[in-house]
Amino acid sequence: MEEVPQGCPGTGSAQAGRGASCQGCPNQRLCASGAGAAPDPAIEEIKEKMKTVKHKILVLSGKGGVGKSTFSAHLAHGLAEDENTQVHQSGSGWSPVFVEDNLGVMSVGFLLSSPDDAVIWRGPKKNGMIKQFLRDVDWGEVDYLIVDTPPGTSDEHLSAVQYLSAAHIDGAVIITTPQEVSLQDVRKEINFCRKVKLPVIGVVENMSVFICPRCKKESQIFPPTTGGAEIMCQDLKIPLLGKVPLDPHIGKSCDKGQSFLTDAPDSPATLAYRSIIQRIQEFCGHHQPKEEHLIGS
Amino acid sequence: MEAAAEPGNLAGVRHIILVLSGKGGVGKSTISTELALALRHAGKKVGILDVDLCGPSIPRMLRAQGRAVHQCDSGWVPVFVDQEQSISLMSVGFLLESPDEAVVWRGPKKNALIKQFVSDVAWGQLDYLVVDTPPGTSDEHMATVEALRPYSPLGALVVTTPQAVSVGDVRRELTFCRKTGLQVVGVVENMSGFVCPHCAECTNVFSRGGGEELARLAGVPFLGSVPLDPELTRSLEEGRDFIRDFPNSPAFPALSSIAQKVLSQAPARLS
Repeated sequence: MEEVPQGCPGTGSAQAGRGASCQGCPNQRLCASGAGAAPDPAIEEIKEKMKTVKHKILVLSGKGGVGKSTFSAHLAHGLAEDENTQVHQSGSGWSPVFVEDNLGVMSVGFLLSSPDDAVIWRGPKKNGMIKQFLRDVDWGEVDYLIVDTPPGTSDEHLSAVQYLSAAHIDGAVIITTPQEVSLQDVRKEINFCRKVKLPVIGVVENMSVFICPRCKKESQIFPPTTGGAEIMCQDLKIPLLGKVPLDPHIGKSCDKGQSFLTDAPDSPATLAYRSIIQRIQEFCGHHQPKEEHLIGS
Repeated sequence: MEAAAEPGNLAGVRHIILVLSGKGGVGKSTISTELALALRHAGKKVGILDVDLCGPSIPRMLRAQGRAVHQCDSGWVPVFVDQEQSISLMSVGFLLESPDEAVVWRGPKKNALIKQFVSDVAWGQLDYLVVDTPPGTSDEHMATVEALRPYSPLGALVVTTPQAVSVGDVRRELTFCRKTGLQVVGVVENMSGFVCPHCAECTNVFSRGGGEELARLAGVPFLGSVPLDPELTRSLEEGRDFIRDFPNSPAFPALSSIAQKVLSQAPARLS
């Protein structure tokens, strides 16, 4: 992956190869020839690779720290509980890391040699990594590919959508917390989805309410001063998939690398998760045969 | 030794502090805002530079949404959030046509705007410039550190929450600070426990101890733990001055203490 100059106008730009900051860049000739404006061949390659992946779901939020990764992990665990969810590896390309027989993961975290290593990359290098993750990982026959994203509406999000553009993404699940400071970023994310024509499966309101483990009374740590996700979803005519309460055990399970759904099967948060997961499956047109695992809506 | 800073829009700024975290949603904007308010109450003139271009939270937190940015000979005039003009603010939030408008930019365009925010905003005379950042170690962070380098920032306040997942990301942010030569003023642990208003039981909602452990491992000062405080969250939602209005609320002592520690920092070099 070549380093790009700081003022890189972008390979798709009209100034590609022609800008002052292009001088000395190893790709200058390529960009100036107009090759950068042609569709990236990786998009077709990814389309081919993704033919064995039945459903692709992006987990997004404009806001950081709302629980995208927590939700992605537990959505994956929940879907993997169905033993019929299959994965078959054909043995070519990068191998995902299998955390269960039918649950594989790829992350830049696996490529770092120390927990202190920082990935200090500008946009173009990040885009290259994402392209490799989508094109060069051999997922095999997979029912669901869940794509966890960082907060925002920038390189990572544009690249994920762009590289999967020919491969059909089922849709995006958008995570928020109840307060307006989150919602204002999430509305931007929803606008991003509309701009890039990404269907929105629905919104999950995380950290909805806190239930004291001692007295069992409810408190709102993140108050929904403008009506929370419910009002936002009504305004924007988007489904609210569910609300997940704040349960201190969720964080603990995540820190231990375990599924909260199996650690605390009776928690209100688990019940909320299962209901949300079922709605996502229904959206994707896939029905669970083992109904007793799920709380019906 | 760096070349002397050109006299420019940061010439009148005495101390610059960046608020960073590898992790999203830990409270960078909260801490930036409360630090600014506390410094103001200590009689200082404060500016806030919000370089989170995708999720600019600070205007709302200071009840400044929808304000217009004016031009002067030296560039943009930052928005004053109070009548006394003791806190000024620049954010991409002020440049958007609507609050729901998404800034969907790749790195180079973000870098260009951040450079402008640093060099083309007429900050005037400030005791402190607090720089709020998005999570991570990417374009915005590199652009900000490079643009501010000639002005010798005091350093970085690094924010985490107690749990391992957060600390795991924030370790990488500390590496970023080391690699870019940014001094770490200290680690702040946010969302440290919640005291139930009904029965006073304290629950470690997001686990415990991570911030202190991180500071110890990295050999940087631990500035304190800020508990979860719905009054604080509500103040930020409504753009209220939490430091002035809620001195008896659970988060107040920790936030004041953090501000005191920042005030007592001797600058690495005089600007």
